[in-house]
Amino acid sequence: MTNTPPTPLLEARDLHVEVNGKPILKGLSLTVNAGEVHAIMGPNGSGKSTLSHVVAGKPGYTVTGGSLLYRGQDLQALAPEERARAGIFLAFQYPLEIPGVNNVYLLKAALNAKRKHLGQPEVDAFEFLQLVKAKMQRMQMDEAFLSRGVNEGFSGGEKKRNEVLQMQILEPTLALLDETDSGLDIDALKVVSAGVNDLRSPDRAIVMVTHYQRLLDYIVPDFVHVLADGRILLSGGKELALELEARGYDWVRAQDAA
Amino acid sequence: MSTPELNAIEQAVASKYRHGFVTDIESDTVPPGLDEDVVRLISRKKDEPQFLLDWRLKAFRHWQTMTEPNWAFVKYPPIDFQSISYFSAPKQNKDGPKSLAEVDPKLLETYDKLGIPLHERARLAGVAVDAVFDSVSVATTFKDRLSKAGVIFCPFSEAVKEHPELLERWLGTVVPPGDNFYAALNSAVFSDGSFVYIPKGVRCPMELSTYFRINAANTGQFERTLIIADEGSHVSYLEGCTAPKRDENQLHAAVVELVAMDNAEIKYSTVQNWYPGDENGVGGIYNFVTKRGDCRGKRSKISWTQVETGSAITWKYPSCVLTGDDSVGEFYSVAVANHHQQADTGTKMIHVGRNTRSTIVSKGISAGKAHNTYRGLVKVLPSAEGARNYTQCDSLLMGPGCGAHTFPYVEVRNPSATVEHEATTSRIGEDQLFYCLQRGLSAEDAVNMIVNGFCKAVFKELPMEFAVEAQNLLAVSLEGAVG
Ligand SMILES: Nc1ncnc2c1ncn2[C@@H]1O[C@H](COP(=O)(O)OP(=O)(O)OP(=O)(O)O)[C@@H](O)[C@H]1O
Ligand SMILES: [Mg+2]
Repeated sequence: MTNTPPTPLLEARDLHVEVNGKPILKGLSLTVNAGEVHAIMGPNGSGKSTLSHVVAGKPGYTVTGGSLLYRGQDLQALAPEERARAGIFLAFQYPLEIPGVNNVYLLKAALNAKRKHLGQPEVDAFEFLQLVKAKMQRMQMDEAFLSRGVNEGFSGGEKKRNEVLQMQILEPTLALLDETDSGLDIDALKVVSAGVNDLRSPDRAIVMVTHYQRLLDYIVPDFVHVLADGRILLSGGKELALELEARGYDWVRAQDAA
Repeated sequence: MSTPELNAIEQAVASKYRHGFVTDIESDTVPPGLDEDVVRLISRKKDEPQFLLDWRLKAFRHWQTMTEPNWAFVKYPPIDFQSISYFSAPKQNKDGPKSLAEVDPKLLETYDKLGIPLHERARLAGVAVDAVFDSVSVATTFKDRLSKAGVIFCPFSEAVKEHPELLERWLGTVVPPGDNFYAALNSAVFSDGSFVYIPKGVRCPMELSTYFRINAANTGQFERTLIIADEGSHVSYLEGCTAPKRDENQLHAAVVELVAMDNAEIKYSTVQNWYPGDENGVGGIYNFVTKRGDCRGKRSKISWTQVETGSAITWKYPSCVLTGDDSVGEFYSVAVANHHQQADTGTKMIHVGRNTRSTIVSKGISAGKAHNTYRGLVKVLPSAEGARNYTQCDSLLMGPGCGAHTFPYVEVRNPSATVEHEATTSRIGEDQLFYCLQRGLSAEDAVNMIVNGFCKAVFKELPMEFAVEAQNLLAVSLEGAVG
């Protein structure tokens, strides 16, 4: 008997992406299966955020070659909100402020959009509040953040925490975390990491972009990839991150060129 | 903006005016044209006392010497004032309806279509409705309760008959007949409107609400509203409007005068949703309104809150003259302009008394090919020792074809005054929108959410039931506008 491997959650094959006519991703390949945690590292401007944006469906990114599949389905056929409802979540590198819109209001609208997609009734107001309060406690966020405008006047670290709070409530199948550790103090890093680890499960996957190996002490990845010059140049296990920290990226490029 | 957003914007912008229909009621309309005889005719039809006819004629003669203002940031073909009919009233039973049961059922049907179930609304919400259909008021409710409190709330034409001494004393004391071109025109030909008097020390037991509606084709609408809050009294007045679909432009030049005596407070809220014209800028109401409140007494307060989504052209500057020491003026405004709508709106805060304070919060939203202008004047006279003003003026652009303009005028002639001005212009962020989409919201919900968030500071000033209405109105006006 042959074991057909399960369909990957995310599969990019020889992906080429342009922004404003400028090629950014130039033949990127990456396979993410359910149950896995991947870390993507790489120099500034190498295309890490571009990858997460193109998976989430941000307008302005043109796929000029290759393929991008989510659970075997071509992502380009899906609008960003459909991708979200299908379980793709992006924790933004720079979370946006939406003045005047209550944080809790957005959370509820987001959860209900997902539930509607799944054919479930709208969440009960009381249950929802219980859920949010529990998750906020987990993220060590003051309840005052509920009634503030979405990210309005939040500090850098508070914004990141708020992203993970949203993720905890939406329970995505594929979570993309774009530098969620940047700007966090040491204690916050632990809290946020615990929040992310809560979501680890055999039917979910997490892809996190980071510059620092420290995060990987808390969220231990199954794979580490180096994204440089618009491609994955090297992949390895968690020890690769240590090597990168010690040696930087130049040797990866040199090795790739050879 | 990238294509998907643009499409969404266009869709939203393409949303149809929902209140576009015409009720088929016979109107008693005078032929088009304006001269002294027409003014006399109007006055006679309304059985007015001599002083009022003289007042109208004086205004008319003054109007003839004036020219239309052209400083506003709006464009429209010249108006032929001789092609407009200056009086229209729905046909009624000889003596007029005494209760809702006597009101023309067609009329009630119209209110129903507009979502204003008069009796229901009145009963459930405890709101007295003085519904103005075209130019003559045909239904007034809750009069008894109000009169027990000593409050007078009646159609202007009724006030002319029953309280001529009050009218003679107050009419035109805030907006003089010759104040500006349209105010002069209104003074000469005004048809009807509302009159409110709140006696000393009375807190009006309910919110007073008037629904205005323009119906007869090609008929100018000239409402006149006068609200007097005597010493220590308090009143909240709600004005809401919507109009049937028409091809011809309709001129609307209303005048609203408010007077607040010592320690009195007037809160005047408007939701304006007149026909804005179609996607190509054809038709729509020209809304040239003069609204002004006089904080005549010490520690008096006048607060204007407006949500303006309708009309092809809006020219409107609800203002406060802060005469009394320690008096307070407020202006909270949301103005939405879509398609080819043009809005030039704002306020004037004139500080005369000592320690007078004013607050201006203006939120302008432009979509489609619309232009939205904020024009505001803060004037501090030498007498206004310690005057303070805070102005916040934000513009939100939806799509690439629209514009926002801000003209804040500040004249300070007392060095002890503090005047603060903050202004922002933002495009409805593609990024903000994407953030919401990424959380699974539909583009439409995302836009509504962002726009409502943008307008929050104003909506929270509206009376509860009006706030809900305003949010719905905004959603309809901008349906599909982004995303
Ligand atoms: N709209 C745009 N127009 C032109 N170039 C762009 C645009 N957006 C991104 N780029 C470029 O694409 C490249 C990749 O950007 P990206 O944000 O993906 O990098 P990154 O790997 O996430 O970097 P960092 O580690 O600094 O976050 C950069 O050179 C960036 O300047
Ligand atoms: Mg990045």
